[in-house]
Amino acid sequence: MAILETQELTYVYSPGTPFEKTAVDHVNLKIEAGEMIGVMGHTGSGKSTLIQHFNGLLRPTSGKILLDGEDIWADKKKIRDVRFKVGLVFQYPEYQIFEETVYKDIAFGPKNMGLDDAEIKRRVLETAHDIGLKEELMERSPFELSGGQKRRVAIAGVMAMEPKILILDEPTAGLDPAGRDMILGHIQAYHKRTKNTVLIVSHSMEDIAGFADKILVMNKGSLFCYDDTERVFSRAEEIAEIGLDVPQITKVFIELKKQGLDFGKDVYTMEYAKKLLLRQLSAKEVK
Amino acid sequence: MKNIIEIKDLRFSYPAEEGKEPAEVLKGIDLDIKEGEFTAILGHNGSGKSTLAKHMNAILLPTSGKVIVDGIDTADESRLFELRQQAGMVFQNPDNQIVSSVVEEDVAFALENLGVPYEEMRRRVDEALRAVNMYDYRLHSPAQLSGGQKQRIAIAGIIAMEPKCIILDEPTAMLDPRGRKEVMAVIRKMNREKGVTIVLITHYMDEAAQCGRVVVMDKGRIVLDDTPRAVFSHVDKIKKIGLDVPQVTELAWELKKAGYDISSEIITEEECVNAIKKLFEKEQEK
Repeated sequence: MAILETQELTYVYSPGTPFEKTAVDHVNLKIEAGEMIGVMGHTGSGKSTLIQHFNGLLRPTSGKILLDGEDIWADKKKIRDVRFKVGLVFQYPEYQIFEETVYKDIAFGPKNMGLDDAEIKRRVLETAHDIGLKEELMERSPFELSGGQKRRVAIAGVMAMEPKILILDEPTAGLDPAGRDMILGHIQAYHKRTKNTVLIVSHSMEDIAGFADKILVMNKGSLFCYDDTERVFSRAEEIAEIGLDVPQITKVFIELKKQGLDFGKDVYTMEYAKKLLLRQLSAKEVK
Repeated sequence: MKNIIEIKDLRFSYPAEEGKEPAEVLKGIDLDIKEGEFTAILGHNGSGKSTLAKHMNAILLPTSGKVIVDGIDTADESRLFELRQQAGMVFQNPDNQIVSSVVEEDVAFALENLGVPYEEMRRRVDEALRAVNMYDYRLHSPAQLSGGQKQRIAIAGIIAMEPKCIILDEPTAMLDPRGRKEVMAVIRKMNREKGVTIVLITHYMDEAAQCGRVVVMDKGRIVLDDTPRAVFSHVDKIKKIGLDVPQVTELAWELKKAGYDISSEIITEEECVNAIKKLFEKEQEK
């Protein structure tokens, strides 16, 4: 069964005013438990509005969101539980840090869940390890840390609640390549350990190409596509047209195909491009 | 061409915290930038690239060494206004740079402070807004614009001052791909059409690849300084300091390593496509 499902989900901003805008338009979606999903769409595509429905921050104008088969808005009082089950990490989450120590900041969510101290400690230390924060940092003030470390503290705070679904809105925004690879690597480590569902919002296919099982693309408030990574990449040209970044390497192979050099495969990672070309070149030599 | 920016043995340390040694962020930078040049300064976070940029319009002053911009020593406080009119700076976060509630008033802000006469101000504001393709939005509120549009307004505010040189400190880091393209197009146009000297601080290698010259920084020093083509051919070195090279450059480099005859100075998709086609044609001839 799908862990998260939307049925005809629609959200209209400022209805009945001149500023009325349909941000999410009849989206139907089924997300299976345990998957790693990349969410793409340019600014204004509706992707942020969509993900804010997943943990009940926004209430649909019409349509439904089912978590574990249950309508999350069936009983308004239960929406707090939904927020424990679906954790949302906002863009630039380091601005939301407020506690005196790193430990306390990560422990804030688990504490609110009413867990006992031993369980809180286990969760804080395990997530800190996943996200690459050393134990000696735990008693430091988070405000003394570097920007990248602060961001990891903020992400760990949500991970420590062990939500069944973790959603990260552009976790690599503003980071350099090394910082980006590091954060993405740590998120993968968390996913591997917990087997929980993870959604990562990104502008760049290149970032998520290497590890997402599936990719969800939003365009103009509608679901453009939601499919296996490879199938989504086979539509790279359409995706470039709606204003998203397609890996340079994918563009090169699309052009080669147009010019008559067709390798019969879609290419979206460097590693694969290299293997494919070397194999094809050496095959020619043998002949 | 004469140099518009001259940096001689620039060293800089932020003031030390109590009980700690001051950390030297810039460890002896020598760099000359010619008038009309389009230079990218590439480096990872903490490499010192932003600190270097902030020396170019006297936001920071050298601990030792000299920075001369358009003939003015940045340490000369009496000429600070003159200096900042010639070297404008655009920052990363568009929201922190907008001061007015109407687009054209925001662009006019610096001119008003300089006491530019109304007619002249009107001309310059309109011109600047047209240059960044935001003229139609002149009476809008900046709050309702996208990040890319806001950043172009910030650039228009600088252009209106008609500086010889614009320094941009990661202007696209907070923008989406569409916003990044818009901003890069405006910067390129200013350089090409008006001959404005551009210093672009970035960690996006695809942006650096569009510049005439790339200066790579690491740990407070300049480690590479050449055309994008030549700089990116040092795939190993660039990866080692935590930066990317364009994927097409890396692919060519991998093929070359495997013994194939392909140039190591490929930086565009077109060059890569042609080079790969050539390889396959050659193999067929054998």
